[in-house]
Amino acid sequence: MHIDPLEKKWAQIVLAICAFFVVVIMSDALFHSVNAPSNVETINSATLHLSKEFAEDNLGVQVDENGDITVRMVAGRYSFFPKRISVPAETKLTFRWVSIDVLHGVHIPMTNMSTMIVPGFVAEIETSFPKPGDYPVLCNEYCGLGHDHMWSKIDVVEKDQWKAPQATSMGGDEK
Amino acid sequence: MNDITERRLALSHMWVAFIAFILACFMGEYQVLERSGLFEALDSSTVYFASVSTHGVLMAYVLTTFFIMGFGYYTASTSLNVPIWNKQLAWGGFWLALLGVVLAAVPLLMGLASVLYTFYPPIQAHYIFYVGATLLIVGSWVWCGIMIVMFLQWKQANPGKPVPLAMFATTMNALLWLWTSAGVALESLFLILPWAFGWTDTIDVGMARTLFAWTLHPIVYFWLIPAYIAFYTLLPKQAGSYLFSDELARAAFIVLVVFSLPIGFHHLYMDPEQAKGWKLLHSVGTFIVSVPTFMTGFTVIASLEVAGRLRGGKGLFGWIGSLQWTNTMVLSVILSLLMLIFGGFGGIVNASYAMNAMIHNTAWVPGHFHLIFAGTTVIMYFSVAYYLWPILTNKPIFSNNLALVQLWTWFIGMSILSTPWHVLGLLGQPRRISSVVYNNLMTLSWKPYELMMILGGLVMLGSACLFIYVIFKTQFSATEEVFEGEVEYAETYHPVTDLPEYLNDIKIWNKVIAVLMFISFGIPILQFFFLDTYDSSAWGY
Ligand code: HEM
Ligand SMILES: [Cu+2]
Repeated sequence: MHIDPLEKKWAQIVLAICAFFVVVIMSDALFHSVNAPSNVETINSATLHLSKEFAEDNLGVQVDENGDITVRMVAGRYSFFPKRISVPAETKLTFRWVSIDVLHGVHIPMTNMSTMIVPGFVAEIETSFPKPGDYPVLCNEYCGLGHDHMWSKIDVVEKDQWKAPQATSMGGDEK
Repeated sequence: MNDITERRLALSHMWVAFIAFILACFMGEYQVLERSGLFEALDSSTVYFASVSTHGVLMAYVLTTFFIMGFGYYTASTSLNVPIWNKQLAWGGFWLALLGVVLAAVPLLMGLASVLYTFYPPIQAHYIFYVGATLLIVGSWVWCGIMIVMFLQWKQANPGKPVPLAMFATTMNALLWLWTSAGVALESLFLILPWAFGWTDTIDVGMARTLFAWTLHPIVYFWLIPAYIAFYTLLPKQAGSYLFSDELARAAFIVLVVFSLPIGFHHLYMDPEQAKGWKLLHSVGTFIVSVPTFMTGFTVIASLEVAGRLRGGKGLFGWIGSLQWTNTMVLSVILSLLMLIFGGFGGIVNASYAMNAMIHNTAWVPGHFHLIFAGTTVIMYFSVAYYLWPILTNKPIFSNNLALVQLWTWFIGMSILSTPWHVLGLLGQPRRISSVVYNNLMTLSWKPYELMMILGGLVMLGSACLFIYVIFKTQFSATEEVFEGEVEYAETYHPVTDLPEYLNDIKIWNKVIAVLMFISFGIPILQFFFLDTYDSSAWGY
C-alpha cells in the first residue's frame, strides 16, 4: 500500500488535533464535572401528583439543612411550574425536572442550564448563574401546537439579597 | 452496453428526489416568512407544524434516499460495466418506496402527522404516517441488497482485482444504511407501530429515543457519502487531474462507515435516560469520525491543486485562480468545501460535551445542518445531476451558464440564511418554534436576523427553481444535438497494484461494526429491560 509522505504528515496532524479535543473534553467531564444530566433515574410521570417529591407543595426552590438549594420543576403543556421562581446568583443550584405529559426540553438562554425532559425520567442538573437578571425559561423541544407558548420566568438575584422561601422539612433527593 | 433500463432507473429515482426537493423548498420559504411574524395572515401554528413536518420528511428522507438509490444504480452499472442485477426487483423497490412516500404524505399534508421528521413519542401521529415511513425504508433495503449482490458477484468474477473505488464506496454506503436504518426500524416495528395501531397502550419513551439516536447520526453520513463519491471519483477527471490516493480513499470510506455508527449518543448528551460514561464513549467516536473528513479535504484540495498547476497556475495560491471555475463539478466542489469548513467549526461545538449545552436545540442546530446538509451535501447532488443528466438523456446540458449561476446563488443564499440562524441560536432562540411570543426584551434582538433569513431563503428558493428548470429543459427540450458521453471515473496518481484484502472487502467491516455496535449500544438498550421504567400513553399535539 502506498501512502504519500505529505499525506502521512497531514494524517498525523489530524490525529493530534482530535486527540487534543478528546483530552480537553475528557478532563472537563472527569475533573470539572461538566453537568450534562445523566442520572438515569426513573419516575412515573402519570402519577407525579401522588409522588412525594413532585407533589404541588414541594415544587420550586428549597433549601435543606446543609444550605444546599434544590429547584424542583414540572414541565407540562404549556409551561414550567412554578411559573416564576427566584434563585441566588453565584450559588450552586441543583435542578430536578420532570414532565407530566410529553417530551420537552428546557434552556435558560445565555446559561448552560439545558436539559431534555423525558417522560418517565428525572433530569437532574447542577449549575450556578454568574449574572443576576430576569431570565426566560424556554421549552426547546417540539411538544405540540402550543410549543411556542411554553415558557416561564426565573429571577436571578444578588446572592446577599436573596431570601429563601419558607423553610420546608424536605431535604435531599428522597423520593 | 445497452443501458436503457439503468438510465431509466436512475432518472426515475432522481426525479422523485428532486420533485420532493422543490416542493419542500417552497415550504422552507413559507416557514421563514411565517416565523418572522411579518404577515399576520400567515400566522398559524397548525399549518406551520404540518409544513415543517412535511419539509423535514421530504428533505431528510425522500430527497436523500431516492437520490442515493438512483445515483447508486448508475454508479454500480457504469463502474463495474455490468447491467443491474435483477431489474424487476429494483423497480419493485422503487415502487414500494414511492408508495411509502405517498402514504406518509397524505396524513402529513392533512395535518394528521405534525410530529416533525423525528416523530418522538409519546406524541402520536396517524398510523398511516408510520406505515408509509416504514415502507420507504423497506424499499431502500432492496437497493442495499442489489448493491451488495453486485459487489460480491463482481468480486467472484474478478478474483484478486480491486473493486472500482466508486462501487466500493457505494457498497459501503449500502452496508452503512442497513445498519443505520436498523435502529429506527426496530423502533418502528416493536414500539411505534403496535402502539399506533392500538395494540399496546403505552410506549417506552427512553428506549424509543435511544433507538432513534442509533439512526440519527449515521444517517447523515448516508446522505454525505454520495458527495464524497463525487469528490473522489468524478471531480478529478472534470478538473483535469488525478485522484491522489486510491487506497486512502478506501480507508476514508471505511472509517467513515465503521465509526459513524457507534456514536449516536451525541444526540442524547442532554438526555437523562443514558449515563455519562456511555455519552463520553460516543463523544470519543465522534471525534474519530472527523478524521476521514479531514483526510477527504486533503485529497480534494490536492486533486484541485494538481489540476490548477497542470493548467499553468503558479505560486502558493496561484493555482486556485487557474482552476476551471466554469465547470459545474469543479465549482460545486469548491463551494461545498467552503461550506464544509464553516460547518465543521460548528460541528466541533456541537460535538463538545460541554459547549453543546449552550446550543442544544437552539436555532443554532437547524442553522448548522442546513449549512452542512442542504449546503455541502445537496450542492453536490446538484452537480452530480448536471453531470449525469446529459449522459442519461443523451442531450447536452441546456445551459452551463445557468447551471453556474444556480450553484453560486445556492451558496450565496445559504450564507445569508444560515449565518443569522447560527447567531439566533447563540442569542437563545429555541429551534422548532412557529412564532416568538415570549414576553421578554431579549427577543427584540432576534428580529433583524429573522428578516435576513427570509432573504436568504428567497435566494435559495430561486436557485432551486433554476435547478429544476435546467434539468427539465435538458431532458425535454427538442434538440438535434446528441450527447454521447459516458461516466468517466478518476485515474489514480499512483495506480493501485497490490491492495490488501481489508481495503477491498465489506465482510470484515460488517463484523467490526457488529462488535462496535454491541459495545456502544448493547447495555444502553438492554438497561430498559432491567430498569423500572414507566411507559407513556399516547398524546395528541
Ligand atoms: C429554500 C431553502 C430552505 C429554507 C428557507 C428552509 C427553512 C427551514 C425552516 C425555517 C425550518 C424550521 C426549523 C425550525 O423549526 O427550527 C426547516 C427545517 C428543516 N429543513 Fe429546511 N429550509 C430550506 C431548505 C432545506 C434543504 C435543502 C434541506 C435538506 C436537504 C432542509 C432540511 C430541513 C430539515 C431536515 C428540517 C427539519 C428540522 C426539524 O424538524 O427540526 N431544508 N427548514
Ligand atoms: Cu414543551
